[in-house]
Amino acid sequence: MEQNKRTCLYDRHVAAGALISPFAGFDMPIQYEGIAEEHAAVRNDCGVFDVSHMGEVNISGPDALRYVNHIFTNDVAKAHDGQVLYGMMLNENGGTVDDLLVYRRAEDSFFLVINASNIEKDVAWIRKNAEGYDVEIDDLSDSLAELAVQGPQSETVLKEVLGINASELTFYTFKEELLDGAHILVSRTGYTGEDGFEIYAEPDVISSMWDALMESERCKPCGLGCRDTLRFEVGLPLYGDELADDITPVEAGLSMFVKLDKGDFIGRETVARQKEEGPTRKIVGLEVLDRAIPRHGYEVLDIEGNVVGSITTGYRGLSVDKSIAMAMVEAPFAKTGTELQVQIRRKRFPAVVTSKKFYKKSYKK
Amino acid sequence: MTRMSDTEHPQHRNQTKKYKIIMNKIYYSETHEYVRVEGNIGYVGISDYAQKELGNIVYVDMPETGDDVEAGEDFGAVESVKAASDLIAPVSGAVVEINEHLIDNPRLLNEDAMGNWIIKVEMTDPSQLENLMDEEAYKAFIG
Repeated sequence: MEQNKRTCLYDRHVAAGALISPFAGFDMPIQYEGIAEEHAAVRNDCGVFDVSHMGEVNISGPDALRYVNHIFTNDVAKAHDGQVLYGMMLNENGGTVDDLLVYRRAEDSFFLVINASNIEKDVAWIRKNAEGYDVEIDDLSDSLAELAVQGPQSETVLKEVLGINASELTFYTFKEELLDGAHILVSRTGYTGEDGFEIYAEPDVISSMWDALMESERCKPCGLGCRDTLRFEVGLPLYGDELADDITPVEAGLSMFVKLDKGDFIGRETVARQKEEGPTRKIVGLEVLDRAIPRHGYEVLDIEGNVVGSITTGYRGLSVDKSIAMAMVEAPFAKTGTELQVQIRRKRFPAVVTSKKFYKKSYKK
Repeated sequence: MTRMSDTEHPQHRNQTKKYKIIMNKIYYSETHEYVRVEGNIGYVGISDYAQKELGNIVYVDMPETGDDVEAGEDFGAVESVKAASDLIAPVSGAVVEINEHLIDNPRLLNEDAMGNWIIKVEMTDPSQLENLMDEEAYKAFIG
């Protein structure tokens, strides 16, 4: 079996007693103190995540803008330099190759942040479709590390502990600067539903930042466990759960990140039709009327017992004391208030369709 | 349940004689369930090691009183925030009681896994205990 990759902070995670588990080909920290404690730290104070497993690709050259718009659902022509856009890369059928962030550094330079689980697939896809475009594609995934500092105290922690003044950054913007001679990129972005920042730099720079943050005791080290509970509660999708090669962004409820008016792009035909006619299935929120917990892959049934969908993510809520889930269901059953059932091991439990936003985001706009 | 509490003590005395060798012993399975044996009654729960591995326990899915459980088959699940783990019965028998405290307070398993059994089973084949590990063997097993 192939050895899992490790981030530059792996030894620090082990020394700190983190529970390590394989994720997307990496040995990653799942939790330190506990998912609930770390989740609360991000909601109420500040938490830091090692997200160095994420992939980064830079696309530059005279055709960079035109090419990124060809493979990406959002419109980078309408973005300004220093702006970040969320969106998807689609295959020809409108299915999602990956969901990603695109940083517009300049008209001829874009920085793409992709899911760790998709790095190989994405890089191959990006190279394959670039034929005829004058662009240079650099896969930086192995040479860059990344921290996510998240929570209401993030801006203060960045300034006072790391010496990064990020107060001028608005939501989904970034800057690049030299910090003690090292090049860093900082954006006001995240995957938790809270205010926060993501910092990209070379491994030794990120390692020093991590040490400074730990020494300051101003923010809690957080694992991927609470990263998932945090993103789930505010209805953010995870590739592999709510998005996949055979799930379109329209089905996932992410139409607002698909800009049809910008012209052609890969996968446009299917998503244009689905936007027009409505998708045949949709990701919805579900509340199970029992303590039993729905998990990924469990069947969703109508009240007569016909299978009409399946759970994509489910938890016993941390901020709300309920069993809640996101599920992919056939369109006729996607309306809020629809009564359904979930098969949890030997039993079926009543459930009701709700909003996917189980907890209100608090971004700093 | 009422029936069991009425007859528990006399039965206990009888069974003590019959199963003297296995009296009051705790046996463990490789899937980290334990069975604490009192006569022909087995108190089945998860080991302290298992609760530590699981982290915060948020739900325990238990069978109903009267259900049969089969050694080696799952009879429920313990769920942490992260995931569900099946509970595998270490012995066969009928469920004579479930630990109802766990319905509203699943964290009792984190607080004291050995003290909070999950189901109480009337064992049909105590010789199945020979397939399990004693305290010492289990300690070696989890390293």
